[in-house]
Amino acid sequence: MIKKYLQARHLEEAFIKGLMLVSFAIVAGSLGLILWTVLSKGLPSLTWQMLTQSPKGGYYLGKEGGILNAILGSLYLAGGGTLLALIFSLPMALYLETFVRNKSWGRFVRLALDVLWGIPSIVYGAFGFTLMLAVGLRASLLGGILVLALLELPIMTRAMDEVIRLMPPDLMQASFALGSTRLETALHVVIRQMLPGILTAILLAFGRGIGDAASVLFTAGYTDNMPSSLLRPVASLPLAVFFQLGTPFPEVQSRAYASALILTILVLIISLGSRFLAGHLGRNVIR
Amino acid sequence: MEIPLKTRIADWRGRLDSWAGSSMFAITLLPLALVVVIFVALCLRALPLVEQSSIPELLFGRTWSPQRGLFGFYPFVAGTFWVTAGAVLLAVPPCLLTAIYLAEYAGKAIRLAVKPLLDILAAIPSVVYGVWGMLAIVPWVQNRLIPFFSQKLGFLTILQTDNPTGFGILAGALVLAVMIAPFIISVTYEVLVTVPEGTRQAGLALGATRWQTIKSSILPITLPGIVAGIVLGASRALGETMAVLMVVGNVAKVPGSIFDPAYPLPALIANNYGEMMSIPLYDSALMGAALILLVIVLTFNIASTLILRRIMGRVRRAW
Repeated sequence: MIKKYLQARHLEEAFIKGLMLVSFAIVAGSLGLILWTVLSKGLPSLTWQMLTQSPKGGYYLGKEGGILNAILGSLYLAGGGTLLALIFSLPMALYLETFVRNKSWGRFVRLALDVLWGIPSIVYGAFGFTLMLAVGLRASLLGGILVLALLELPIMTRAMDEVIRLMPPDLMQASFALGSTRLETALHVVIRQMLPGILTAILLAFGRGIGDAASVLFTAGYTDNMPSSLLRPVASLPLAVFFQLGTPFPEVQSRAYASALILTILVLIISLGSRFLAGHLGRNVIR
Repeated sequence: MEIPLKTRIADWRGRLDSWAGSSMFAITLLPLALVVVIFVALCLRALPLVEQSSIPELLFGRTWSPQRGLFGFYPFVAGTFWVTAGAVLLAVPPCLLTAIYLAEYAGKAIRLAVKPLLDILAAIPSVVYGVWGMLAIVPWVQNRLIPFFSQKLGFLTILQTDNPTGFGILAGALVLAVMIAPFIISVTYEVLVTVPEGTRQAGLALGATRWQTIKSSILPITLPGIVAGIVLGASRALGETMAVLMVVGNVAKVPGSIFDPAYPLPALIANNYGEMMSIPLYDSALMGAALILLVIVLTFNIASTLILRRIMGRVRRAW
């Protein structure tokens, strides 16, 4: 009797463990499948021309050209948005850990940031569009940068915040004990400790910005020209993928797959690069 | 009297410090202000529509015909619900099991290897998910799942369809399920590791197997946190635009089966932004759609964040 029970519960254990491994394999397998699909479809039509030229006449009918305009446009958009977001998020993250005396205010700000993080990018796009309409700004690089900055702000700030929280409190107390003000502590001790974390946060936000299509659809527009001015529309990689897929021509569609591959490679480089940087710079951090 | 240099410097440093403090405080007002401003701006833009027809009429109206001034959101709300619910149902079982495996069974080496995997899954842009959906998921649904289910289980109306393309709710839900998986797994994992080691050891010491311990003591403790994680994942799924738009079919009809096409709210906004300025009230209707999304997402997010915060306190990031 006892033996039977033991067997049953051990069978259950083995069964559940098997299910867990299967689930794990499904999750990991999906990632592999995505990367494989994009690679196998995108690689054959990826040419040097695509990376170095902007669309010529008839590009969307299958003629000559490339998507350099979208690659550069995406880099400008995400770069500008990240820079703008950094200006606000770095002081905010520093403030939350170094200056805030009133803990409940810190909690409240973090809640607001978490909520902002969850707002869908299409809502940011619609909001940005409303705002631009109100001030008379048309779809442009500037509009795209502004909206991406809003989108990236909570991501960057919370990522930095999580890193500062891991800082040993003794370090800050030591700095205060030597007579430093809060600002001096923040600038000389906390920033140095956070450097790997700041870089990771910046790259995380940059990666999010470069991959986002729904927000720039309204605010940055699309163009076949190279990005030239802050006030002109600008192309972006995700939208290049989307628009090329929307054409009925197989040659153009296969270019969309190649564009998706370029975008994926960019995002992977950013994601892995931030990991590498964090590990590399981590040597300067006191633990 | 001459003020000593030391005092003057100290004074200057103190003033700089308090000046920096108050300007940084002003910046921290920004997130809250942004939430409020987004909400108010969308409300103002949606106002003309509400003045023209009542809110129940808008939310439960089934006819979407901007030219005639009819804006019934019901097909879109229903589409959003079906796709999101499908994604959550598909994602939750494997994600929970994976998170439990990582938190309770896996060694440190596996955990450290999985973290970058999840990061990459979360970092892949949604348009790439859309491409993957069109290339891999839609044909699979069309060629395998639709024939299989309509032959074997065709008597269930939820599985019947006259849509042979594969573009539809199930394709959208499958793609979304993979997209929200990293969120659900990481939140669940983080909730599970907050359980004190003593709870596990107590179970094991009583002679329970690991799974019995998990089932009878760890899961009940962590249930609110896991639910909050799932809600967080659901709110991601609700707002996802490009990937869903590319595989879901975009037909403004209330769906009746998981193979029917649907037209979720984000797709509605993204597809029609071009012509919205040319038809009266159309822009107001699209901003109204954004407002509906925002309200749902805000409710989900605030509730789940508060629950998670209560559970995790300051114990975070256990990777």
